[in-house]
Amino acid sequence: MKPFVAIGASVPGGLAAVGRLARFAVTALMRLLQPPWYPAQWLQQMLVIGWLSLPVVGLTAIFTGSALAQQIFIGGSRFNAASTVPAVTVIGVVRELGPVLGGLMVAGRVASAMAAELGTMRVTEQIDALVTLRTDPFRWLVAPRILAAVLVMPFLVLVSNALGVMGGWLLATQRLGFNSAQYLATTARYLEADDVISSLVKAGVFGFFIALMGCYHGYHSGGGAAGVGKATTNAVVSSFILILLSNLVITVIVFGS
Amino acid sequence: MTTPRIELAGVAKRFGSRQVLAGVDLAVMPGESLVIIGGSGTGKSVTLKIILGLIAPDAGSIKVDGQEVVGLNGAALDAHRARFGMLFQGGALFDSLPVWRNVSFALGGSIAARRASAVANLALVGLGADVADLKPAELSGGMQKRVALARAIAARPPIIFFDEPTAGLDPITAAVINDLIRELTTDLKITAVTITHDMHSVRTVADRVAMLHGGTIIWQGPLASLDGCDNAYVRQFITGSAHGPIRMPGAQR
Repeated sequence: MKPFVAIGASVPGGLAAVGRLARFAVTALMRLLQPPWYPAQWLQQMLVIGWLSLPVVGLTAIFTGSALAQQIFIGGSRFNAASTVPAVTVIGVVRELGPVLGGLMVAGRVASAMAAELGTMRVTEQIDALVTLRTDPFRWLVAPRILAAVLVMPFLVLVSNALGVMGGWLLATQRLGFNSAQYLATTARYLEADDVISSLVKAGVFGFFIALMGCYHGYHSGGGAAGVGKATTNAVVSSFILILLSNLVITVIVFGS
Repeated sequence: MTTPRIELAGVAKRFGSRQVLAGVDLAVMPGESLVIIGGSGTGKSVTLKIILGLIAPDAGSIKVDGQEVVGLNGAALDAHRARFGMLFQGGALFDSLPVWRNVSFALGGSIAARRASAVANLALVGLGADVADLKPAELSGGMQKRVALARAIAARPPIIFFDEPTAGLDPITAAVINDLIRELTTDLKITAVTITHDMHSVRTVADRVAMLHGGTIIWQGPLASLDGCDNAYVRQFITGSAHGPIRMPGAQR
């Protein structure tokens, strides 16, 4: 019985944590709707989250798109379906791998950095200093990060999708003997608007969760350097889980029927 | 009778099972420099944060210029905080901003005006315009404290709190900071509350001293009466003796 007792005992704590997170998210979103706004903070965060994430997102997309094309070719060859490489690659990249891997890479880079920065600001009393200087930390720190992540993630995922497809095309034409023009024509024929739209919606949702988890865990960090380290780990792990869970939910809603 | 600038009555705060403040009664008069002494973990910083509205008290009353401030929120709380400047123990400078933007953070106006004001405030704490564009990480600990001091006075608040202003500084830099605090509080006619373990700070900065122990103020009086005080706790603290009624948590008797 003991495991069940332990699970039961942890339920109220878990629900309270969800409640705290929801309140944190609502507070941040409400601050976005009311002045004062800090546009310089928004632009800086867009640069940090978007522009500086491009290399890691781009490289991930190229390598994954290439590997995917190779695996589809090997698998498809077993039942004479090797010609499906362009179609399956574009669907796989745009619907799933582009947004999910892009989201996970940005989460690894950005959620951890946000949690570490806000956590350090918390333990060094910089957040208290903001308050004493009559600046709302939610407006100055949290809202700009959430807004920037939601706005730039779709652009990052667009780039990720394009480079992923290009990686597949590169490997297929250089190594697997596919005709370049035919590969691109097939890719264009099988790519549908729903694929791109769902991909961008996923990106925006992932951006929200990445910034929310980074800010939430950093903002509530405590206990010195160890506390900041724990906040960073929690931010990355929780944003990974939320990305994968929300990806499943959106995929089932959009493509499940 | 003059209304105290700050007046605490029965302020209590508990964190989990630990009763940090158990009914603090304290008054600070306008223009007075009060120093609160006490061992580590006795709730000195918590007292300042409760007055600033950063932590909510469990019980008690806090009046600033005769107005109750416990329970304020929104614009009223912002207006309350506008009366205070705060020098945090570690400086709490914003790492991502250059020195001049730290100093002028709470000021309005154009960039040029804010920068000029920052440079003027840096001069008040003995720093030149050449540090204005540096990041806090490029400064020594003493210079960071001076920048934090410049930020605390920049908006000319009527009340300033100094939390361990000399912690972590060498004796000479600490003496410079103490002198600066004394000069600034006198010249700018600021009401100051300083918390410190450093008896050199106490003797330089204080008009009046209060000792916080066991969650309450156990002694208070003018600086001149400190050395002649017969309170055993105060005597042990000011002499820095390991023997006396104050015991470190977990220490063998």
